[in-house]
Amino acid sequence: MTGPTIAPVGVSAGLYGLVAASVGDLDAHLRSLGAWPRLDPSAIVALARTAGLTGRGGAGFPTARKLESVAAAPGGPAVVIANGGEGEPCSGKDAYLLRHGPHLVLDGVQLAARAVGARQAHVYARDAGSGDAVAAALAERARAGLDTVPVEVVEASGTFVAGQESAAAAAVQGRPAVPSGAPERVFERGVRRRPTLVQNVETLAHLALLARRGPAWYRSVGVPEDPGTFLATLGGAVVRPGVVEAPHGMSLGDLLAIGGGLSEPVRAVLLGGYFGTWLTWPDHADVPLARPWLRPLGADLGAGVVLALPTRVCGLVAGAQIARYLADASAQQCGPCLFGLPRVADLLARLAACETSPGLPTEIERVISMVRGRGACAHPDGAARFVHSTVTTFDDEVRHHLRGGCTVRRAV
Amino acid sequence: MSGTRTRDRTAARLHIDWTACEARGACLELLPHRLTTDDWGYPRPRDGGSEILLHARDVPDAEEAVALCPRMALTVLRSPGR
Repeated sequence: MTGPTIAPVGVSAGLYGLVAASVGDLDAHLRSLGAWPRLDPSAIVALARTAGLTGRGGAGFPTARKLESVAAAPGGPAVVIANGGEGEPCSGKDAYLLRHGPHLVLDGVQLAARAVGARQAHVYARDAGSGDAVAAALAERARAGLDTVPVEVVEASGTFVAGQESAAAAAVQGRPAVPSGAPERVFERGVRRRPTLVQNVETLAHLALLARRGPAWYRSVGVPEDPGTFLATLGGAVVRPGVVEAPHGMSLGDLLAIGGGLSEPVRAVLLGGYFGTWLTWPDHADVPLARPWLRPLGADLGAGVVLALPTRVCGLVAGAQIARYLADASAQQCGPCLFGLPRVADLLARLAACETSPGLPTEIERVISMVRGRGACAHPDGAARFVHSTVTTFDDEVRHHLRGGCTVRRAV
Repeated sequence: MSGTRTRDRTAARLHIDWTACEARGACLELLPHRLTTDDWGYPRPRDGGSEILLHARDVPDAEEAVALCPRMALTVLRSPGR
């Protein structure tokens, strides 16, 4: 499997709520925040709604609506999964939270369980390190008698698709972490056929702070249509790659500046990771990172991965590498994904290699249309979106390549 | 957009469990006016896209496809779309 060319290496502290409140052990956590407040279920949902909290696993679904759907689904009591599966190789923020702020996440788990009437919860951790941190935190909480719902730690398999909602539900039941093709959604029928709330660990950490500080505090940063802060994982050509926290609405340039700025000249930034969208640089440096500005660009923050592509790397070559990675990462369960993603990756690789076949871009779009929406999970859709963004963002480069040249390699 | 009109005429959706489907083609024979194949033989709505919307007159054929699919990959869903 072709590995990513660019990956985060470190973690740097941000200035806002989540990172500041990620304090490690239980004594420090209780000194700074106290025990999680025993709010009524309806009050917890109302907090999420008033604050405008949205899911941070990538899809950005409104948290209050998800809580309500699970609470209302028949067949309970419900189950909660804190999703820290984080299959995206360039993302590090969920592992960061589980290692440095496990009590914040676990407070959020208890609040979410209360909101949906769950009697069992699972923390789905990306790797052994973050799983061990959560297990140690759970032991501290058990001694303090802090929690009302039992929580179990499950380690994810480390594959790209392991973070998909139905894959997480399978994994906590001891089955392989692959998506399910069943017609029922996980919120209706998930773990042991019970309504199941799968919520990203960052979302739960936000909920834990919201329950103490209230929606007005949450909305005091960010923009009205996209309030609060988000965790980002900076990677690629930045001086200090790693996890940072920023308010929604901060410009792309200012976000990269938190990471020390760019380490070399950059041609584009991939926003939202391998399922994301390229934004050319520097002309998008001033774009505020919030829905009202990103939506018209066809972009979103996804799970907060921000990768800066240096000018010395051709956008089509980088795109072809990522497309190959995504093809290899398919769970290989669903035909259109199994056959379509390798075909798309091959076509993009031929384009990247300056093959002068004028039909390549059209054929790429045709095959993309055959994989989009035709799988058990969002993997083919995300891959299709990424490849579409690659060939449209680097359209000048596409024209050069179709003539046998490349602006990076200067080969004609 | 014909979204509203389409919804009015849509009685149900045909759900494909893509993890089970192996392109055996029973659904294609029963719903030839609704389904065609992609490059690999998997069913695809004739109007493009991914969602297989069914009119009321299609539902009996769709139910027969559900019963005859050798992979048991099909479900007729009456609930509104995702």
